[in-house]
Amino acid sequence: MTAGAGQEPVTTPGLDALLASKEMVLVCGSGGVGKTTTAAAIGLQAATELGGRVLVLTVDPARRLADALGLGGVGVGNSEVRVDPARLPNRPQGELWMAMLDTKASWDDLIARHAPDATTREAILANPLYQNITSRFVHSHEYIAMERLHDLHASGRYDLVIVDTPPSRHALDILDAPARMTEFFGSRLLRWLTVPSRSRLLSVASKPFYQVADRILGNNFLQDIAEFFTLFQRMETGFVRRAAETEAMLADVRTTFIVVTTLEAAPVTEARYLLGELTRRQLPLGAVVANRVLPTALCSLDAREAAARLVQDSGEIGAALSGGLGAPAALVSRVLAEVGTRFHDFGVVAARQTERQAELASLCPLVVPVPWMEHEVDDLATLTRIGMSTWGRA
Amino acid sequence: MPLLDRQLVVVTGKGGTGKTSVSAALAVLASRLGKRVLICEMDAKGTLAATFDVGPLPFEPIEVSPGIWAMAMNTEDSLREYLRLFLKIPLIGRLGVLARTFDFVADAAPGVREILSLGKLCYEVRERHYDMVIVDGVATGHVIAQLRAPDAIGELIKVGPVKEQTRWMQDILEDHSRSGVVLVTTPEEMPVLETLDLVGRIRDETNVDIAAVVANRVLPELFGRSEEAVFDALQQPEIVDALRARVGNGVDVVLDGARLAVAMRRGGAAHLEHLRNELPEGTGVVYVPELFSRSTGRRSAELIADALGEELL
Repeated sequence: MTAGAGQEPVTTPGLDALLASKEMVLVCGSGGVGKTTTAAAIGLQAATELGGRVLVLTVDPARRLADALGLGGVGVGNSEVRVDPARLPNRPQGELWMAMLDTKASWDDLIARHAPDATTREAILANPLYQNITSRFVHSHEYIAMERLHDLHASGRYDLVIVDTPPSRHALDILDAPARMTEFFGSRLLRWLTVPSRSRLLSVASKPFYQVADRILGNNFLQDIAEFFTLFQRMETGFVRRAAETEAMLADVRTTFIVVTTLEAAPVTEARYLLGELTRRQLPLGAVVANRVLPTALCSLDAREAAARLVQDSGEIGAALSGGLGAPAALVSRVLAEVGTRFHDFGVVAARQTERQAELASLCPLVVPVPWMEHEVDDLATLTRIGMSTWGRA
Repeated sequence: MPLLDRQLVVVTGKGGTGKTSVSAALAVLASRLGKRVLICEMDAKGTLAATFDVGPLPFEPIEVSPGIWAMAMNTEDSLREYLRLFLKIPLIGRLGVLARTFDFVADAAPGVREILSLGKLCYEVRERHYDMVIVDGVATGHVIAQLRAPDAIGELIKVGPVKEQTRWMQDILEDHSRSGVVLVTTPEEMPVLETLDLVGRIRDETNVDIAAVVANRVLPELFGRSEEAVFDALQQPEIVDALRARVGNGVDVVLDGARLAVAMRRGGAAHLEHLRNELPEGTGVVYVPELFSRSTGRRSAELIADALGEELL
């Protein structure tokens, strides 16, 4: 990494080749690493460079990011919105679309689609526990994200769909969600919950549970649950089929996973775990995007030596430059010493980052660094710069 | 009530802000004062274990350092303990089926899972097994549900033993002299906005006190005003030439690095100012500097404890 002046600009491998052959991208990573921003930047870049219709499905974009993309208005909800091309700095060849994931609306939608008849549909939507259950059970949020992905892909409206996966306590819940749904429908548990209450009392297996549960929770509560699941069971066929389709889609060659991280210790630990799990599950791992990377020049020997000398000779140099700067020698010396000391601090951070980046590279064939940027992502220019970085261009 | 005198401290914050490091540092600080501390990892990620350089933490607390016991929350174990202690149901052994069933009920009923985890910790406070209980790693999206669990259960269940038990939990949680929330943030836009949002929600939706906001990894100020003028002047071409002659060609990168440091510090300072301005009066902000050192592990906990000690003691 010592590209001196006058040399050809070095093009590092980026996401361009990877995304050119993919139809679905799942962007995962722990919280706070810039996952949503990365998903949006990749989408913007893909629409600009690869063309076609690109959709970014996000969970909860930061207000300023949403504003920048023209999605700040109310009522975007579950609908897909095209980002106004006039807002995009680099005249995209293709179209950039954004959609948010509204769990509640998506569930209502799903129930409406799968319910065998209007009575069942209304009964489910009216069940007092429906909202609570759908917002929590069987990793419902993750399940819904998978459903939307499946839907959007199956709709044939987009060339590329990029999903900013929901933040979850366990980042891989999203991958297990379809299987869990299938397992749930096949479980003895659902059968217990849905047998009529009278025969339920006779069931030897469930008896201890209901005795304990009734004592703790009261009877009505269990009745509501039983009613909900009885209704829910009528939709088994549709749910199980789609779960199987979604699972197949995740492992498809047209799908790729991108793990986003920063190069700090904790996010890298998390990323390492994610990479290991994706590999173990034989899912198509595409790339790691490393955000907020400090310039590698901070580690250069030349610079470290210069910084050390600035500190060591600060008195002498300060005195020599004092006249030219029109400032007291002591003040100049202090500034020089501070510059040198801080350089050392950041150099240590940069060196650790380099080490962690190398470690990630041993776990994933493509690691794309995105430099630390002075401005936070509140405008499309910065988003474009991030997108360019992921393409391996400065 | 000073933070370190509380008996129950719930630490929360956006992912990546260093809440586990701060939790561990609080435990270290309290143990230095001679307190017996229990620290509990709620999210089963294993970062707390890594911070104390020990293997995966069990549900039964283990002493990871003199005066510090650590455990990982597990609702199944907590349910087992609850049934044994309060309902006198000895279910040791064949809990498997019941536990799986319980999972679904807990998913359906608001607060059941939360009350089992937070309830266990309130129980430790009530029984005075420890001087201080630190709850680490409650995600920002989940902390309101945790704190509201006794209320939620109370609304769901009108009579019975559970109802009684939510009452004493509430007494502990809502007592400002005993319990409080610590919100950890970093001087960045999203963490600060989320922190402010959460402060508002905790105040609106719960009666739990906010003990402190910890601003973690605050970059040091490089220059005062007159120094900054000198730094700007240093970057004139002829001065840079002179510097290069004295310390070598690397000086350009050194100056770039300093500019980067100034920009980072400036961006962070603006976010911290926003935080201070928007926080309700009386909510203290505790600053932990960027340590330019390891961000996890025992050493980092000690260093952050030193920094917290300077602010809190």
